[in-house]
Amino acid sequence: MLLLTCPNCGDRNVSEFRFGGELSSRPKDPSALSDAEWANYLYMRNNVMDAQTEWWHHNVGCGLWFLAERHTRTNEVIKTYPYVKRET
Amino acid sequence: MSIQLIRQAFNGNRPPQRMWHSHELKEQYDVVIIGGGAHGLACAYYLAKEHGITDVAVLEKSYIGAGGSGRNTAIVRSNYLTPEGVRFYDESVKIYEQLSDELNFNVMFSQRGHLTLAHTDGGVNTMRRRAEVNQIEGVDSRLIFPDEIKNLCPYLDVSDHPRYPILAALYHPPGGIIRHDAVVWGYAHQADVRGVHIHQNTEVTGIKVKRGKVTGVETTRGHIKTGTVLNATAGWASTITSMVGINLPLTTIPLQACVTEPLKPFLDVVVVSGSLHVYISQTDRGELVMGASVDPFSSYSMAGSLTFLEGIAGHVLELFPSLSHVRILRQWAGICEMPPDYSPIMGFTPVDGFLIDVGWGTYGFKASPIAGKTLAELIATGKTPTLIAPFRLSRFEENELVGEKGAAAVGH
Repeated sequence: MLLLTCPNCGDRNVSEFRFGGELSSRPKDPSALSDAEWANYLYMRNNVMDAQTEWWHHNVGCGLWFLAERHTRTNEVIKTYPYVKRET
Repeated sequence: MSIQLIRQAFNGNRPPQRMWHSHELKEQYDVVIIGGGAHGLACAYYLAKEHGITDVAVLEKSYIGAGGSGRNTAIVRSNYLTPEGVRFYDESVKIYEQLSDELNFNVMFSQRGHLTLAHTDGGVNTMRRRAEVNQIEGVDSRLIFPDEIKNLCPYLDVSDHPRYPILAALYHPPGGIIRHDAVVWGYAHQADVRGVHIHQNTEVTGIKVKRGKVTGVETTRGHIKTGTVLNATAGWASTITSMVGINLPLTTIPLQACVTEPLKPFLDVVVVSGSLHVYISQTDRGELVMGASVDPFSSYSMAGSLTFLEGIAGHVLELFPSLSHVRILRQWAGICEMPPDYSPIMGFTPVDGFLIDVGWGTYGFKASPIAGKTLAELIATGKTPTLIAPFRLSRFEENELVGEKGAAAVGH
């Protein structure tokens, strides 16, 4: 993977971006969690060898945090798109 | 060894005996070890030798030593930051010192000394702390300053000209380099002699669990019944563990290294710089082996990158300006499963009979003997040895992390 597509700026060298780890969901009520559930949120990762939805930050460009779907075996980027907060 | 050599000389052109053999996959094994690297093979060897458990299968999806065991930069040391880490890795160094005798195979362990450079006040403080912890645990390790560094390594630029001048170094005389393939082959041979089955080109595709207990392993060559499975697959650990429905606190990230054309011997010690993200040593063939920190994003791909080469070349020239004419011969990558606290995760899991030996990040090879030995004891006795108790999986929810980042990240 040499290029990554920023939703604002288009195709850019991957060195312009910072990797932000796989996408996980925040607990709705952190104070209600047990120690095990909290550790699960903080530390445990799926770490798949497959398509992975993950965070990227265009840190030397527009500064946008966005999502990418990338295959972690081949580094092929399937798509990139801005994060939209879902109402739950 | 020498008698064997003489006998070989009179044997004419007959090839030497195979160091390990191929076997048919049996229907059942007492213990199945997934991953034929130094860790898996060491564990199989100690199970057979010290506990008499010989009905063991080591499953390797490729050839033995194809993963991290054959891709690391072969540095062995024990000058870690936490008392738990220092104790553990020092046992490993002690086993390595005797390993050629024990395996009857020359692993070429060269204890040439290990220098970790500090370029900032913060770096010097960390080195001072490491030296204190090391000395309390009985490890030979001390802080030295540019005049002594210059004596140990005359070609190193210790002047105040570089952007990050060298202020001090942690000197660890027992540290050094080893022939990593020989460690893998030696363990494989001695395990094979004792009846362990090494199955290469045998990939695990599933693990059978019934009522919370492991009952078998599915492979590309058929089904195996077993009650005990050890996951020693390093970079691929999460893909195996997900087969029993457990998540681990691991992220797999590639780590790259490269080697230069051979030069006359000029570098006696292993030189490491955390600030410059580089470690460098000279092999017995004269090549310089150099490694860096992990890649900037997670991946299971083992492709090298030009970004890495450019980065490491710049950093090495900061330390050794005289190497500017030297050419790179080849580069490669291995994959490392990074835990949040840079300490391994070893022992039991919530699934009965499923054990893990993972979280080896960028520092797994140097721990192979002691990891194999302690896990063999755990499998044979069912009790966690005190040496590896701090590295249990439950430490994350108990909030008892073993923070080793200061000594493990770019500390090879």
